[in-house]
Amino acid sequence: MKQLHELTIKEVLDGYQNNDFTCVDIVKHFQSRIEKFNPKLNVYLAQNKNVLKEAQEIDNEISEKGVTRPLLGIPLAVKDNFLTEGIVTTASSNILRGYDPQYQSTVVKKLKEAGAIILGKTNMDSFAHGSSTETSDFGSTLNPWNPEKLPGGSSGGSAAAIAAQLATVAIGSETAGSIRQPSAWCGITGFKPTYGRVSRYGVIAMGSSLDSPGPMGRTVEDCAIVAEVISGKDDKDATTSPAPVEKYTDSLCSPDLRGVRIGIVKEYLLPEMSDDVKNLVLNAANQLRLLGATVDEVSLMDPRYSIGVYTVIQRSEVSSNLARFDGVRFGESRDTLCEETKRRIMLGTYTLSAGYYDAFYKKAQAVRTKIVNEFDEIFKTYDAVIGAVSPGPARSVGATKNQPMFGEMEDVLVEPSSIAGLTSVSLPCGFVDGLPIGLQITSNQLKESTAIKIADSYQRHTNFHVFPNLEKTL
Amino acid sequence: MKFTPLIGLEVHVELETKSKMFCSCPADHFGKEPNTQTCPVCLGLPGALPVPNQKAIESCMKIGLALNCHVNSQSKFDRKQYFYPDLAKGYQISQYDEPFCSNGHITLDSGKKIGVERVHMEEDTGKLQHVVLDGKKVSLVDYNRSGVPLVEIVSRPDMSSSAEAKEYLKKIHDIVRAISVSSADMEKGQMRLEPTVNVCLESEQGLRYTPLAEVKNINSFNYAVQAIDYEVSRQIKEFESTGQEKTETNKTTRGYDSVKKITFLQRTKEEAKDYRYFPEPDIPPFIIENELIEKLQREIPELPEQIISNLIKLGIEPKYAKIIYANPESLEVVKRYQEDTEVDIAKLASLIANKKINISGDVKKEYQKLNKTGNTNVEELRVVIEKIVNDNPKLVADYKAGKTNLSGFFVGQAIKETKGKADPKTLNKLVVEFLRK
Repeated sequence: MKQLHELTIKEVLDGYQNNDFTCVDIVKHFQSRIEKFNPKLNVYLAQNKNVLKEAQEIDNEISEKGVTRPLLGIPLAVKDNFLTEGIVTTASSNILRGYDPQYQSTVVKKLKEAGAIILGKTNMDSFAHGSSTETSDFGSTLNPWNPEKLPGGSSGGSAAAIAAQLATVAIGSETAGSIRQPSAWCGITGFKPTYGRVSRYGVIAMGSSLDSPGPMGRTVEDCAIVAEVISGKDDKDATTSPAPVEKYTDSLCSPDLRGVRIGIVKEYLLPEMSDDVKNLVLNAANQLRLLGATVDEVSLMDPRYSIGVYTVIQRSEVSSNLARFDGVRFGESRDTLCEETKRRIMLGTYTLSAGYYDAFYKKAQAVRTKIVNEFDEIFKTYDAVIGAVSPGPARSVGATKNQPMFGEMEDVLVEPSSIAGLTSVSLPCGFVDGLPIGLQITSNQLKESTAIKIADSYQRHTNFHVFPNLEKTL
Repeated sequence: MKFTPLIGLEVHVELETKSKMFCSCPADHFGKEPNTQTCPVCLGLPGALPVPNQKAIESCMKIGLALNCHVNSQSKFDRKQYFYPDLAKGYQISQYDEPFCSNGHITLDSGKKIGVERVHMEEDTGKLQHVVLDGKKVSLVDYNRSGVPLVEIVSRPDMSSSAEAKEYLKKIHDIVRAISVSSADMEKGQMRLEPTVNVCLESEQGLRYTPLAEVKNINSFNYAVQAIDYEVSRQIKEFESTGQEKTETNKTTRGYDSVKKITFLQRTKEEAKDYRYFPEPDIPPFIIENELIEKLQREIPELPEQIISNLIKLGIEPKYAKIIYANPESLEVVKRYQEDTEVDIAKLASLIANKKINISGDVKKEYQKLNKTGNTNVEELRVVIEKIVNDNPKLVADYKAGKTNLSGFFVGQAIKETKGKADPKTLNKLVVEFLRK
């Protein structure tokens, strides 16, 4: 029989319905695991002090009304850049140490309305500036598969929380790769919705034209269930799409992928990529063919152009977004900002300055338009494109030292789709040196159902979706 | 040497919408307890996002339309970065290169057109209060005003005197009030003025220009006039002693001291800020449909210019037409009687303008009392006068001998005879006619 930390959302809900266990049981179970493993992995920065009281209330609701809400009593880990009323929110930056938010982010509000129970807040790169959690002011998170490795980032804490089974499901956010890359490095499923599909209200901004909150979980199914809850138009975020939210769970358990057209991007099989990683991507393509999809080799702009575009746009927005942290009204003084954050503010300030704007920001926007058009063109023929998420498996602790462009190099394969605001799923497609490798399945804007259908079908027919035994790895 | 001042004006108008520009806090901030009308958005808290106020944007476009501007089919917001405590986010949301409206004009009474370069939308800032608290000098910030919708109207440097500037400002003031987007109460700071001034000097050396000076934050028309006049003479004097001409880089920013009635240097171009404008990523760009522009155009009521010119067309003297327009009640009275055949509207307007009639009383009765117009039937009156003339041959002879003031006697007799129903003007004319026969 499965233990409580091994259950999917559906299994937890079924357990409640059948009175197999209570919400208090599962919360206590996770608390003891967190107590045991968190000191080693540094996944959670803060825990919800009211969690047992909330669990008791949920148990009361279940005994009165049964399981009527989609996430009732689902233990959840939330990345620390989402404002949570009653739980300190820092975005892993000292400048917000002890910051008690005055309001609730829309995503968290929706999750709570759906019945989810927040266990705590997860570690991340400081202000999401990084792809390793090494820029966190509160120490790096370690990879549950191997504590000498990094979990990736910036949503490294949320990815590790799922891999270490310290929550049923987690929330992350992606500017370019921050959901998909740590999901790949930790061997879990991460889902980046279309830009504007999920509200950014109450998410501490990084790159405002790119930031996309999304779920990270054990399975595509879990991600689809959570995505259904958190997606949709928000009157408090003018960039959210008014398009109705599809029922993503209807795309699950497709008997096959007949009629689905998939492109495998030639340029994403980078020259520096090891054959092992390349082979796993090619194997995945074959698996998709076996499921009935057609998979053709397609060509896109060299993804390395995206690095320049992304760096300029994101740094520019960062330099503006962080001006509100004036060191006066909340948090600590500005000298507590970490090196990487200062570097980004400096670079962004420079690229927006008189005389440089045209050469940097404007140029970057022009190339961004080109990238968007290129994807538009390819999605006229294909339902999705696939490639590796990351050039290789998780890098070692300390790898970011003196590497200010570390994240951009590791995220080269996910930056184009982020720049174009697309939707994408990252899920395991095998192992190299005992570490998981991630496959990305990317669809056009608002085509969440398509990416979910392909990813779910692939996941149900492959056996890479496993979890490390912490007793052995730690 | 001939001097011509070149004056441009930036005018800020606070809109009286129900809510602020980017959040649902009330926009009416005047006299409210400090920091009682704030929320995560206008306080710039982490994670908060702006959502634009549709009504405010429409009001901005209405101002543009009323100023004969083109409403642009594509527009967007930009971030203007500067670091100051009155700005919670560290940037102001404004419009840089794609304003909602551009290329309009205002026509002065002289017929001269003053170009309106652009009309754009932005948010107001918080208010700083420098006070002494517990013996310490401190600066307090009130964010009630932070995020209140603000429209900026930028003219071309087409005005050549402070009088023209004042007329331009008054017309803007009248227009924004007429279209009901703001009371533009100067004392409440709902309309703020920033003239930019320099002088063109014409001599045998050709045309030369003094360096530009922008005078910040003036809150009365008269201060604007004083500041402009002061600047013009200061710049001429300075030019005479230094010979310094305008360059790309020597624009200065000055303040106005309303007590000393002088302007003073605040900063030079070298200290000028680089605002690092870039498109506001939190607000998608706007595509403005023609239907919306047409709808807004229809909603704009008759504007001051049109109302005054219509009054003039009714025969009212221009100076009276303006006085009548300035008082809504007077205008209402004139409108009420303009179709009344028993009322000479030009005469009524003159009586109202000269305060001869109490407009809240029975206007028509007062008008008739003050302006007896009686029988003007010439044939009937001729019969009456002929009789009087025939009855008084001696007086007629005396009149002809030079006692011309005797005409009054004949008029008086005629009025008596007609029991006051004859029109005195017509009578007068006829009497003189008869006497001169």
